[in-house]
Amino acid sequence: MADVKPRVRVPKTASAGEAITIKTLINHQMESGVRKDKDGNLIPRQIINRFVCTFNGETVLDVAVEPAVSTNPYFEFQALVPETGEFTFQWFDDDGSIYETTAAIEVS
Amino acid sequence: MELTRRGFMALGAGAAALVLLPIRPAHASVEDAIAEFTGGAEIGEGGITLTTPEIAENGNTVPVSVDAPGAVAIVMFAAGNPSPDVGTFTFGPLAASQSASTRIRLAGTQEVIAVAKMADGSFVRAANTVKVTIGGCGG
Repeated sequence: MADVKPRVRVPKTASAGEAITIKTLINHQMESGVRKDKDGNLIPRQIINRFVCTFNGETVLDVAVEPAVSTNPYFEFQALVPETGEFTFQWFDDDGSIYETTAAIEVS
Repeated sequence: MELTRRGFMALGAGAAALVLLPIRPAHASVEDAIAEFTGGAEIGEGGITLTTPEIAENGNTVPVSVDAPGAVAIVMFAAGNPSPDVGTFTFGPLAASQSASTRIRLAGTQEVIAVAKMADGSFVRAANTVKVTIGGCGG
């Protein structure tokens, strides 16, 4: 999965203590492990099994993801912004890789 | 009637079949999974909103959102999927609202259940039925 591209939408500025909406999307086939290929063999499971969003080290949301989440998993949630800082988003793949992206936000 | 060994064995086999008969439909495992999350605690109603489409044309991506003000964690289940777990949302101190949206796979028309664990340790649940035109598990 070399071509995994995480995408996040975070506002660039916010006022202190404001609740902002964050949308995230990552392209991943989320192979559920119940599908079969042409020869009837099970395709092994490979999914994103965990998604974590933190702001300056403090957790916003931690999701344990199961195979029932769709291809290209999408998450939308709300976060509090107490100060200027950076959101870190991490997706944990079944194969051990971690996809990470960050988004800075300024409190005016 | 005299009970022969053969008769007794047949009786035993019949009884065993009776016990095993409810082949634990998907629903039973959902209840088990919920019980595992709540630790067997009683589950209330209200205080949690689960938003799902009434009819989903494509079971591969069904948008769902859940909102439970004051929740610590929310677990979602799809009762009719091969494995009912959908995901567990755990909210940290910087979560502005205990709500989240995502897209899930549904194998067919079924009930989607959300159970929230509140800050005081109580549990609430909400369930919606979603009609699925084309299933999304590639069976």
